[in-house]
Amino acid sequence: MTDFKTVGKPVSRIDGLDKVSGAAQYVDDLDFGPGLLHAAIVESPFAHALIKKIDISQALKVPGVVKVVTGEDFPYTFGLYMKDRFIFARDRVRFVGEQVAAVVARDARTAQKAARLVKVDYEELPPVLDLAEALKEKATLVHPDLKNYGRCPWFFPRPDTNIAHWRKTRKGDIEAGFKDAEVILEDTYTVPRYAHCAIEPHVIVGLYDMAGRLTLWSSSQSPYTQRHVFAEALAPLGLTHKDIRVVTPYVGGGFGGKAGVSMEIIGAALAIAVRGRPVKVRCTRAQEFYNTYQRQGVIARIKLGVKKDGTITALEHTMHWDAGGYVEYGANVVNAAGLSATGPYRVPNLKIDSVCVYTNLPPGGPYRGFGYSEFHFGLESHITRIAKMIGMDPVEFRRKNAIREGDTLAYGAKMNPNGLHEAIDRVAQEIEWGRKETSSDPEKAIGKGFALFWKAPAMPPNASSAAFIKFNEDASLHLMVSGMEIGQGYLTVMAQIASEILTVPMEKIRVETPDTDRNAYEWQTVGSHITWSCGNAVKAAAMDVRDKLFEVVHRAHGVDKKMLYLEEETVKCRGRSDFAIPLKDFVINGIQTPHGNFLGGPILGSGMFMPEFTSALSDPETSQGGHPNVHYTVGAAAATVEIDRRTGKMKILKAVLAVDAGKAINPDLVKGQITGGLLQGIATVLYEDIRYDLKGRLLNPNFTDYKIPTAKDVPVEIVPIVVEVPQPDGPFGARGVGEHTMIPAAPIIANALEDALGLRLKTLPLTAEKIALELNQISYDDVKGHYMGLCFLGKPNEYDFKMRAK
Amino acid sequence: MKISMQLNGELRDVEVDPRDILLDVLREKLGIKSPKIGCEKGDCGACTILMNGKTVRSCLILAVEADGQEIVTVEGIGRQGMTPLQKAFVQHNSFQCGFCAPGMTLSATELLSRIPHPTHEQIREALAGNLCRCTGYTPIVDAVYEASRKNGKRTTGKRKI
Repeated sequence: MTDFKTVGKPVSRIDGLDKVSGAAQYVDDLDFGPGLLHAAIVESPFAHALIKKIDISQALKVPGVVKVVTGEDFPYTFGLYMKDRFIFARDRVRFVGEQVAAVVARDARTAQKAARLVKVDYEELPPVLDLAEALKEKATLVHPDLKNYGRCPWFFPRPDTNIAHWRKTRKGDIEAGFKDAEVILEDTYTVPRYAHCAIEPHVIVGLYDMAGRLTLWSSSQSPYTQRHVFAEALAPLGLTHKDIRVVTPYVGGGFGGKAGVSMEIIGAALAIAVRGRPVKVRCTRAQEFYNTYQRQGVIARIKLGVKKDGTITALEHTMHWDAGGYVEYGANVVNAAGLSATGPYRVPNLKIDSVCVYTNLPPGGPYRGFGYSEFHFGLESHITRIAKMIGMDPVEFRRKNAIREGDTLAYGAKMNPNGLHEAIDRVAQEIEWGRKETSSDPEKAIGKGFALFWKAPAMPPNASSAAFIKFNEDASLHLMVSGMEIGQGYLTVMAQIASEILTVPMEKIRVETPDTDRNAYEWQTVGSHITWSCGNAVKAAAMDVRDKLFEVVHRAHGVDKKMLYLEEETVKCRGRSDFAIPLKDFVINGIQTPHGNFLGGPILGSGMFMPEFTSALSDPETSQGGHPNVHYTVGAAAATVEIDRRTGKMKILKAVLAVDAGKAINPDLVKGQITGGLLQGIATVLYEDIRYDLKGRLLNPNFTDYKIPTAKDVPVEIVPIVVEVPQPDGPFGARGVGEHTMIPAAPIIANALEDALGLRLKTLPLTAEKIALELNQISYDDVKGHYMGLCFLGKPNEYDFKMRAK
Repeated sequence: MKISMQLNGELRDVEVDPRDILLDVLREKLGIKSPKIGCEKGDCGACTILMNGKTVRSCLILAVEADGQEIVTVEGIGRQGMTPLQKAFVQHNSFQCGFCAPGMTLSATELLSRIPHPTHEQIREALAGNLCRCTGYTPIVDAVYEASRKNGKRTTGKRKI
């Protein structure tokens, strides 16, 4: 494994120069000339209301207005996994800020001015903001038509309720498992909603030309999936896949927020409405918060049974998710959690219920971690607590129960090879687990927290990747793939894979950002599956190219193809040291024969990959029988924190995270994911604190009031550790790590807080304010005031999990 | 009304409305796209530019305020080749999505012009007005530090005060 030339090396990013020189273009940087039109969105002021009438006449009178579009113009539904949305709200609005109409004008100011003149008459309905309200008998229904929605076959909605999907996973005998237990701990944990906060807002420019082609320049993680969703939604207008083109240049951060289709559908519709002219829709920062996706809130009840020797005997894990007004993507987050909420442990008897509940809050959706960040907070808090109850060291407890290769997963399939135990050992050593530290300041307490994590990509069983490679005359090459460079270093890693196989150096490889007319297919850049899936496609394409190179050489020189190999951009032959044909001599123009003619031609290659062993078919009552997840990436993390007893302010002295990358194609980029992901996770614990009023209005949709960390808010020390137990079906053994680095942040801090001060907080975030109150014996729940921070208005420990969600 | 400014070393005249924001004029009328639109209210720093050598948020400045001033963006700092700071950023894989990079680069450029050998603490203070959601800042701070020391040694992934 040590003889790789490029793979496994910390090479510099191939997009580095683009980004520091200002050359990198994002959608908003593209020029469309003086004909470009601008859109402003007319938004619902109500969380739940019927639309009685829309009067656009005043808006149309404003000079410079080109078009005003409402739901009547586009009576089509869309959605990735569940078609529960109209392009513009029709009849009913379901969250504050939902698009009801849009104004297209020659400049942005005019569009905004005219949008304020669109008069919409509403009849207010009671908003469903609280999960307890949403699940009670005779609850107000957010989607009375739920039973009629098209959906993927692994969703199980309950018509005439607010339950959009319910994933049930059952294994073993749960009652016997608890009977076997010597200690049982049961408690409730609550995680609020969070916002992605990519620094680039969503932008889309659409042009429906007079020849019938719809082109969209989109800041997206999912160009092909967007094309498909647009094609499905707009099929009634006669548009087909070949008529729709999605172009995605660099994207200024995604984190799941730019997956699937959210506001982009507005751009597609408006382009059709103003045919022949390009139109731009750009989210304001506030819209970025409330009309793309948010991470869903969840309230979870965990009941865990163990023997006194630390063996887990049974786990009951019930999660109620506040999925918002539309769940077309978010229901799959709920599904993913429902299949994997054991965490990376051997659990012989289990009962998991993951319930996706419609509310009148902004749509929930994918966010880095995809359900796992959410449930790990409660589960990993619970694990530390129960270990202490039986007098066992929390790390030792984890070692004892940590899953191993071949163990049976919650849904019956087997666990993949993994380095979880190595990760535990290395993190424990680095954080000096067991060594108690004290602060020199008597007002400050120091504690340590530990957690494990895992996550699988949540994908349809036929999510696939493809790649094209084409050579240039000088044997430099273009790699044409459709994963998105959202910052993780995808372009660089794909180039490294091609470079390794073809011996073409990195500086001679250009990886093109996606254009669905030119680059090969990719499902989406989500789920940390791109290095693995698209990496396999690129590897296959490179091998296809290699075969073609050898074929030409074989035909021209009569040498046995089996004897040929590549070295330093040259075709060589075993046993013939004098045989060397540089690639640049023939990859376009072929090889000349003694007769003067040429053999070969421009060399092209393609490759594809689909995980053919997966299946989403299983028993809906138990989830047994399928193989819904391709594999899990696992790891361990720990933190040492210092807390000021007077202010509750927390300083992270050290954070350590070990992730099993299978094979780190580029270790520097893996470490970049660890450093960045950990801070994004830490932010959800210490800083980010979303607030709604009791009408469902988001109170802090900006960076002034919704705090994300600055350069001054980082841990004093971060130690990234890369474990490498190869993934058998991964390119060079690689598997993804992007999301995982965020997942353990909340429990390591919660566990460290308890270690430092004996204070166990079960509701995120763990702000200084909340800690200071609790240290003064004031329950935060008693003083938090009249707003929605969580998916439940009452006190979490009073939440009744047995309502209708039985 | 017409204003004129020294933009990246070139005298540029441009017709603006008194209410026009400098960021919009740079992007839409002068073809300078490196200052980005992130929040439009001075929180994120993606639109940072140098005005007379000092960092300003171009989303908080009226275009007319730039009349007669010297404006520098990332397009203007690397014309004689990459600066040592830019080279250090590339070498350190400092940026991920890159959207914050132009603003971050200018804030760091200003810092190094003021304090040639800053401490890590001074670097973090100087960059605290530029939000980055990807990197955890560490590889950015490390690159600024090392560009200022020009020793080329890498410390990515671990940071001590």
